[in-house]
Amino acid sequence: MSTNTNSAAKPGSKAKSFFKSPARITLLIAGIFLIISLVEVITGATDISSPGTSGATLRFAIPLLMAGLGGLWAERAGVINIGLEGMMIVGTWTAAWFGYLHGPVVGILAAAIFGLASGFFHAIMTVKVGIDQAVSGLAINLIAAGAARYLSGIFFPPVGGDRTVSPPVETLPSFSVPFIAPILNSIDEKNIFLVSNIAGLLYGVTKDLSVVTVGFLLLVPFTSWILWRSKFGLRMRFSGENPMAAESLGINVYRTRYIAISVSGMLASLGGAYLALVASSVYREGQTAGRGFIGLATVIFGNWKPSGVFAGSILFGFTDAIRVRQAESVTALILAAGIVALLLSIFYTTSRRWKPAASYFTIGLVALWINRSVETIPQEFVTVFPNVATLLVLTFLAQRLTPPAMAGMPYRRGSE
Amino acid sequence: MTKSRIFWGIVAPTAAIINSLFFVYIILKLRGVEPIEMFKLMVSYGFDPRNLVSEINQTVAYYMAGVAAAIGFKMLLFNIGIDGQYRMGAFFGAVVGAAVNLPPVLHVLLIILVAMLAGGAWAAIAGYLKVKRGVNEVISNIMLNFIAAAIIAFLLSPNLLGSLPEGSQNLQTKPIPSSGQMPTIKAFEGEIYSFLFIAVVVGIGYWIMLNKTVFGFNLRATGLSFRAARASGVNAPRMIFITTVLSGAIAGLVGIGTLLSDTHSYSMAFPSGYAFTGLALALLGRNHPVGIFFAAFLWSFLERSAPVLEFEGVPPEIVIVMQGTIVLSIVIAYEVVARINLRQQQRAVGSANSENQIPVAEQVKETK
Repeated sequence: MSTNTNSAAKPGSKAKSFFKSPARITLLIAGIFLIISLVEVITGATDISSPGTSGATLRFAIPLLMAGLGGLWAERAGVINIGLEGMMIVGTWTAAWFGYLHGPVVGILAAAIFGLASGFFHAIMTVKVGIDQAVSGLAINLIAAGAARYLSGIFFPPVGGDRTVSPPVETLPSFSVPFIAPILNSIDEKNIFLVSNIAGLLYGVTKDLSVVTVGFLLLVPFTSWILWRSKFGLRMRFSGENPMAAESLGINVYRTRYIAISVSGMLASLGGAYLALVASSVYREGQTAGRGFIGLATVIFGNWKPSGVFAGSILFGFTDAIRVRQAESVTALILAAGIVALLLSIFYTTSRRWKPAASYFTIGLVALWINRSVETIPQEFVTVFPNVATLLVLTFLAQRLTPPAMAGMPYRRGSE
Repeated sequence: MTKSRIFWGIVAPTAAIINSLFFVYIILKLRGVEPIEMFKLMVSYGFDPRNLVSEINQTVAYYMAGVAAAIGFKMLLFNIGIDGQYRMGAFFGAVVGAAVNLPPVLHVLLIILVAMLAGGAWAAIAGYLKVKRGVNEVISNIMLNFIAAAIIAFLLSPNLLGSLPEGSQNLQTKPIPSSGQMPTIKAFEGEIYSFLFIAVVVGIGYWIMLNKTVFGFNLRATGLSFRAARASGVNAPRMIFITTVLSGAIAGLVGIGTLLSDTHSYSMAFPSGYAFTGLALALLGRNHPVGIFFAAFLWSFLERSAPVLEFEGVPPEIVIVMQGTIVLSIVIAYEVVARINLRQQQRAVGSANSENQIPVAEQVKETK
């Protein structure tokens, strides 16, 4: 994470001020919608803005969001949490087992507690003992995966499960937002250009909403509030940026990191619990499928900001949803991306910034070419879209990223 | 100093293994079986000649991963991309090996070369990002592992480079002709891959490279102190890049033993998880070619002897937990040893000072 930290905070940066204003963001979102609606008309890929897709997007995005927020908490306090994947496994297993024994509410609570414990373990290893953060995280991934398989082999077969699958667990209740959801549904069914698309999308996220989903989504503003409005958040960021200076001002860096990393484990574990109790109703081996690592990617993609993590997980969840529901839509999306890139190119041309204009123009042309020449994008590539996107962001936008300066660096009290 | 380093170099791993054995002992006790009996079972099953052969073959693969990781570690690089590099190496080795027709020895050498090139090239991406873009190699390599798996899964589809043999569900590349296969050595009613000798060569080469060449000296120097090496004229970024590629090239060989002596084609059945194993072995073996060998053997021994536990009602995955705890224990042990050494050094410096001049404490007293 040794990227340049200064340049991104450059005041008056055009792109930044553009995205700051709420009115413009609304305009931007509306513009994207317009393009997507157009693309849907052109290509006939009607599934992009259907309620099913938006609902699926949310379901795919929540685990990534939780893992991402977990990664964010740890990295803001200065410790990289590679163990997110293992902590998610802890969440899936405990949620399923305790959910099976005592009902889903206990399952969620158990996942939270065990996740907290796994995070605390990572904290002991990295803060107290001071071993390499990546080694600790990887060991947690290995131990969690091994322990889950070991325990499954012991506990699940006698109660009607399998060595790799838990017995079915009762899922948590869900609801449709009263008044709003039906209205949106009726608008969606009227098939008005643009309006129906937006209504359909909103209908997808307002019907059959799990209570947990709402709670988890609220963690995004909550994390923002903690980070930028609370005393603890200030300490946390300080510990991540410059632990020595923080210590010299009387901040207990160790304690701050202990708390932050424990919360990190809890969040990732809750993301796992969501997989077991909401997205499905069972624990299955390999259920997390690398989502912890994608959560790590959303942290980078979201530039270490809760809103960014949210946006990243929605984007990655969306590609997942599209892949599962209607693979042909992917080419339509590439067309949409191409149009956006060409529009950006025009935008930069008018402001006489030739270099970005040229690169966006190239991207746009490539996207259009792919759309014309390729029938369907292979599933495999859609699956790794988050990974590719993150690598591209790291490669081309590294100067604009603002990671916590000391994230991943060892720190011992009283030594340099 | 060196004596104590060797002493700790042996004591620390041993302590780590004992520690994790103790941990597993408790878990087995909780399961309600007699732990010592279980260990005895594992030992007798693991040293059964037939299992010994497959352990040796597995050791060779693990050894490559361990050496690859160790090369990175010497430069303080955390090559977690071994998984992707190994896949790239094995896959392209298999594809090229099946496509060409060459005399026997040349054919094998070409496959090995291609595997090293493919692994090295894949690692070069992470190396480039690290050197030119300042991207942390852990993150980029994790992403690259997923991408490598996806690319290969895509290329393995039947209308591209893969084929689906009759009666099999497993997509695989076309088989390598017999001129590109490596013989096996018959031993203990089994067949040991002759790739074993390549592994020995790699181990010796690694040691010579590290201890007897200028490059190795620069590598170690850069790993110990980036700034000092740079000040003395080493092109440190270039060293980092070359080391990454070298590590990747060795990682490209991980699957070659199985490929050339057993399967003769790459398939989706090639296992994953070599990255973490490699790193663990390098840590356990203290980056030493002989140490890594013992660690690699321990790893494959544990894995091959675990299935016997199944019959006693103990899920064999307990071994994974054990491996994880070994890694944690070893890293903790090194950390503790490093601190003890530091304290001893400080004390030594302190006492040396007190002999030569007035101790600070007395100075303070005098001024009072």
